[in-house]
Amino acid sequence: MNDKAHKIAYAVFALAVILLGWQVDNQYYLQLMIFIGLNTLLALSLNMLMGYAGQISLGHAAFYGIGAYVTAILTTTYQVAPVLALPAAVGTAMLVAWIVGIPTLRLSGYYLGMGTLGFGMIVHIVLREWSSVTGGASGFVGIPPLEIGLVVFASGKNYFFLVWAVVLLCLIMCRRIIDSRVGRALRSIHDGEKAAAAVGVDTKKLKLQVFVFSAGMAALAGFLYAHLVYFISPGTFSFVASIRIVTMVVIGGMASIWGALLGASLLTLLPEWLHAFSEFEMVVYGLILMGVMIFLPRGLTRGVLDVYERYRKNHDR
Amino acid sequence: MQEILQYLFSGLTNGAIYAVIALGFSMLYSSTELINFAHGEFVMLGALCMVTLAVNLGFPLIPAFFLSICAVAAAGLLFERLAIRPVRHPEPIVLIIITVGASIFLRGVGMLIWGKDAHSMPPFSQHPPLDVAGARLLIQSIWILIIVAALTAALQMFYRRTLTGKAMTACAVSKKAAWIVGIPTKWMVMLAFGLSTGMGAVAGAIIAPITMSSYDMGTMLGLKGFCAAMLGGLGSLWGAILGGFLLGILEALGVGYISSGLKDATAFVLLLLVLYVRPQGIIGAGEVKRF
Repeated sequence: MNDKAHKIAYAVFALAVILLGWQVDNQYYLQLMIFIGLNTLLALSLNMLMGYAGQISLGHAAFYGIGAYVTAILTTTYQVAPVLALPAAVGTAMLVAWIVGIPTLRLSGYYLGMGTLGFGMIVHIVLREWSSVTGGASGFVGIPPLEIGLVVFASGKNYFFLVWAVVLLCLIMCRRIIDSRVGRALRSIHDGEKAAAAVGVDTKKLKLQVFVFSAGMAALAGFLYAHLVYFISPGTFSFVASIRIVTMVVIGGMASIWGALLGASLLTLLPEWLHAFSEFEMVVYGLILMGVMIFLPRGLTRGVLDVYERYRKNHDR
Repeated sequence: MQEILQYLFSGLTNGAIYAVIALGFSMLYSSTELINFAHGEFVMLGALCMVTLAVNLGFPLIPAFFLSICAVAAAGLLFERLAIRPVRHPEPIVLIIITVGASIFLRGVGMLIWGKDAHSMPPFSQHPPLDVAGARLLIQSIWILIIVAALTAALQMFYRRTLTGKAMTACAVSKKAAWIVGIPTKWMVMLAFGLSTGMGAVAGAIIAPITMSSYDMGTMLGLKGFCAAMLGGLGSLWGAILGGFLLGILEALGVGYISSGLKDATAFVLLLLVLYVRPQGIIGAGEVKRF
């Protein structure tokens, strides 16, 4: 897509968000759409790491959790204003990512997956067991609403616009990064790390940078989540949550910005639809995951395009 | 002394379980280069099948044990046939998500069949616990250790003495080369799946008497078995055994001397340490894709 097409896409997207926010009054739908926004942020952050740089992370929920817990502790226990807690939350996650990233990103393939998995599990266990600070397994209560200046983001509509404005900004930011020199270097790591290093890409540094960036974005989602629900518990940031983020990226389509949006929307809405299946929910969810991966291993955005192209090819013949 | 012995006993028991689960991971990895995230769910199926057969249907122990292993191995074969073989681009990430999907699916199936309640069964034999220097040793623990020892010996025999076992080793070394010399690699993959999931079922069946079995017991067991496999060296038989026992004992000591809340963390801290310091595991050989 060229520059103009991107601008049109953003404009359509912004318009859709404004229209939805303006027209929808139902609190349930607003809440659902806010969650889609948060999940889009998470999927987008992981997509930068996994889709573009080709580094698997099975522990991404850890950064989501760090973002949420840092702001919760600062704003509730220490009465810091949420606006000031934001840089702290994002900064902590980035610092942790930097420290963990140095040894972990030396691994690749399954081993990298396992390293990040182990890290995610450890963060989850710390959140669960360090009860004097995090509230332990029963969770952290009483997080204040988000206030910026005189505006209090408490009602569904306010928060909806806030979250989606952040999503739009992040989409644009990621797009700009990907289209830049750094973005091309990132994709070269995905295609072949040795080849990238051979043409002068500092793969080690770049991988670490994208890991830190991605952690910061996940922490931003965590920050927004904490001030949305006022109550957080470690269960939200478990291994299952990490896997859900990976699934969003893969199902939406790796290395695709809009794929992150699609994957996040589908995986947020799917459980809501599956409630109709009541006890068959898990069975159906598992089957859908397996089915998509078996038949459309490159995700829905690519998969549908592939099927379309194959159809056209057959048709032309 | 009495205390440390007690921790050691519980560590050995858990370690034996982790070892069997790690064996399942390792065997599958060495012949298919696949890490099966649904492995823990096969452990769960093994445990719950055992409970149903032995308690609800009143089967004698030995037939119940073997029947549940066969049933779970059959499920494993079905899993390979329906979900793994049709995959056209077997990249790690695709396989990870498929097996994760399978684990969610199997957990759902487990919940549908056995409900959300936990089930228990009596130990394999009714004896009071042994008293060893003041520490209690459950008879079921001895059973577990005996079964694990027998299983290891049988596997070692299988790999060293039988043609099929040697063919599997060949597959693990190089699938293409094995195929060229006439080894039916497809069958070997299926066999590896059957053996690996069967091994999971053994782990499930032997812990059913000492723990409450429920549909969601598999995930943590699977992850820890995996850590044990990594610890010893993925793909190595003795590595899996060593890793399992090491993890079990360290975990028990950690619970005893540090904090019981951090029990689950032990496995993952060890996993990270191994990955950073020696990714091929303690006795794992061969190159590791690190760079």
